[in-house]
Amino acid sequence: MAVIGSGPAGFYTSYKVMSKIENSVIDMYEHLPVPFGLVRFGVAPDHPEVKNCQDKFQEVAESPRFNFIGNISIGDHDGALPLRSLVPHYDAILFAYGASRDRKLNILGEDTLKGIYSARAFVGWYNGLPEYSNLTPDLTQGEEAVVIGQGNVALDVARILLQGVDVLRSTDITENAIETLKKSKVKRVRVIGRRGPLQAAFTIKEVRELVKLPSVAFHPVDTSLIPEDISKLPRPPRRIMEVLKKGGNASISTAPRSWSLDFCLSPKSFNPSKVLPDQLGSMSFEKTTLSPDPFHPTAKAIGTSEIIDVPSSLAFRSIGYKSEALPGFEEIGVPFDNCLGVIPNDHLGRVINDNDGWSTSGGGAQIPGFYCAGWVKRGPTGVIASTMDDAFSTADSIAEDWYAKVPFINQGHKSCLGWEGIKEEAREKNCRRVTWEDWKKIDKVEKERGQENGKEREKFTRVEDMLAVLD
Amino acid sequence: MSSAIAASRGMPSLTKLTSLYLRVPSAKAAPLRSFSSIARNPGSLCPGKPGNLISHKPWTTSNPPRYFSASAVSLHGHVDPPKAGEELYVTFIDKEGDEHKIAVNKGDNLLTIAQAHDIEMEGACEGSCACSTCHVVVEDEEMFDKIPEATDDENDMLDLAFGLTETSRLGCQIVMTPELDGLRVKLPSATRNMQASNFGKK
Ligand code: FES
Repeated sequence: MAVIGSGPAGFYTSYKVMSKIENSVIDMYEHLPVPFGLVRFGVAPDHPEVKNCQDKFQEVAESPRFNFIGNISIGDHDGALPLRSLVPHYDAILFAYGASRDRKLNILGEDTLKGIYSARAFVGWYNGLPEYSNLTPDLTQGEEAVVIGQGNVALDVARILLQGVDVLRSTDITENAIETLKKSKVKRVRVIGRRGPLQAAFTIKEVRELVKLPSVAFHPVDTSLIPEDISKLPRPPRRIMEVLKKGGNASISTAPRSWSLDFCLSPKSFNPSKVLPDQLGSMSFEKTTLSPDPFHPTAKAIGTSEIIDVPSSLAFRSIGYKSEALPGFEEIGVPFDNCLGVIPNDHLGRVINDNDGWSTSGGGAQIPGFYCAGWVKRGPTGVIASTMDDAFSTADSIAEDWYAKVPFINQGHKSCLGWEGIKEEAREKNCRRVTWEDWKKIDKVEKERGQENGKEREKFTRVEDMLAVLD
Repeated sequence: MSSAIAASRGMPSLTKLTSLYLRVPSAKAAPLRSFSSIARNPGSLCPGKPGNLISHKPWTTSNPPRYFSASAVSLHGHVDPPKAGEELYVTFIDKEGDEHKIAVNKGDNLLTIAQAHDIEMEGACEGSCACSTCHVVVEDEEMFDKIPEATDDENDMLDLAFGLTETSRLGCQIVMTPELDGLRVKLPSATRNMQASNFGKK
C-alpha cells in the first residue's frame, strides 16, 4: 500500500493496517525530506508533550515492512512523481496529505495591505516549515493585533504573540522566530469570531492556558452571550463557560499585555493606516446577532449592518484550512469535492463516486483500492485523538475489504512491486529519495544544533539544508 | 460500523505481534539491512508471490512474518511483576467485551499496565495528560469515588474524549493503590463514528 503524507493520519492508519493485515508493506510518500506533518509543523512548540506520538510513529517506521519515501512530491512538475506512476505498483493507495491551503476572507484590503498574514503561514514559519521560511512577519508596526477566527490555531497564534519569548527559548521554535518575537511591539491581541462563545471552535485546554498566563490580562467576555444558568449545559461547554466567566488573575491596568475574545463580529474590510497608506491600520467589522437560539452550538450569525472599527496594525487570518485535489486525481479517476475540500468517502475512509449529496448519504460506489484519512477525509478539524480514531476507522475499512476479498487496484496482476517498480522512473525524473535512515541523520544533526543553544532541537528551515546533511 | 469492529476481533495488537516476533529465534537472527532491501526481498515476505504486497496468506511457521523489531519493545511501559502477597488486581474490559484481569504493583498507572499487557490502549502523549487516547470508563461508581479527583488538566482532556461518561478518567492518570484493588475499567468502543453531520457542520 502507498500512503501519501506522513502526518498523524498517515502514520496511525499505517500502524493499524500493518497490525491487522499480516505481511502488508507500506510505502509512505512525503514531499519534504522530514516526516510527521503537522506534528512537526503545526503543534505549538510550547506543547512538546503532544509531540510524543512521534515515538509511536518512529516505532512504526522502524519496521522492515515500512518504507519512508521522503522528499518526493506527487505531481507533474520537475522533481516530482506523477500519481499515475504509482497506481500500477500498489494494491491500495491511501491519501493522507492533509490540508495545504488556508481559507481567505475575500474582503477589501486583504491582498494589498502590509501586516496581514495567514495563521497557517505564521505557524508554519515559527515551526520551521520550509514553505514559509522567508515569511519574516513584521511585528513592530504597532501594539494592537487581531486574530480572525476562534479555533485552536487562533489561540496558538495569540499565545505565541503574548506569552513572551523566554518560555519558548528551550523549545524547538526556530531561532529566527525567537529573534522576531523579541522585537515584537504587540501588547493587545483580539481574537475575533463571527459567532458566540458556545459556537467557538477552540477547546478548553487552549483557552484555559491563555487565560492563566501570568503577565497577560484577559478582558472580560460579553456575558450576555453566556446563558445565565450554565449548570444545564453539557459538561464540555459548561466547563468552557466557567473558564470564560472566571477570567484570569492578571489585572488589566497593570499587566504589560492583554487579550480578549471578541464575539459576534464579522470581518468587512482591512483599512490602511493614516500614516502609511500601504500598511494595515484598522479593521472594520459588522456586528452580528445569533439566530435562532444564541446558546445553541449551530446558531447562525446574522449581520446587523452596524459597523465598528478595530485598530490593528497586524492581522492573522485563521478561519480554517482547506485541502486540495492532488494533481493527477482526474487521470486516475479519484474524485474531489472542491466545495467541502475533501475526497468523497463513505465516512469510513473508502473513496466513493462523488454523486450528488454523497456527503449526507455517504452512499456511492466505492472506487476500488483508494482510501483516505485525516483532513482530506473529514475536513480540517480535530486534535490528535480524533485524527487517531479516524485513521483507525480507515484502517478497519482497508482490513475489512482485504479479508472480504473485494477488488483492490491491480486485481489479478502480480506487478505490485511498490517502490521497486517506481524508483527507476523516479531517478529519471530527478527525484531524490530520503529514507528513514536519512531522516534519522537529519534528526540527529537538528538535535545537536539545538543542544548548542540549550534547545530541544534547531530545525532546518530549508530543504537544501536538510539534504546537505546527507551529502 | 459493527462489522468493522467484528473484523477486528481476535486481531493481535501491534505489541502482541512484537512479542510473537521475539519468540521466533530464526527471525531474530536476521540482520537489519536497509529497509527497502528487506521489505522488498520477495523471499522474506511471501514466498512465490513477489508482487503481492499485502498477502492473504495466513501465517504459518514456514512463513513467519516479519514484525516490528525488538527495539520497539522498550518504548512500551515496563512494569515489574508484583511480589507475591502484594499484588493488586485490575480488570480491563476491552472493546470486544473480553475481560483481562491483571495482577499489578502499587504505583503503576493504567496506561503502563495496559501497554505492558498488550491491551489495546493508545497513549499518544505517553501519559502527559495531553491527548485523551487513554480514556477509560470506571465500571463501578463507588470505586470511581475512591480515585483521587481529576485535575483541571485531566478534565480538560476528558472533555474532548469520545463517549465521555460520568465515570470517565484518563488511564495514564489512575495510579494503583490498595484502595483501588479490584478496579474494573472499560475501554470505550472502538472508533468514532464518522457521521455525515461532521461534514454538515461547515
Ligand atoms: S496518554 Fe495522553 S492523556 Fe493519557
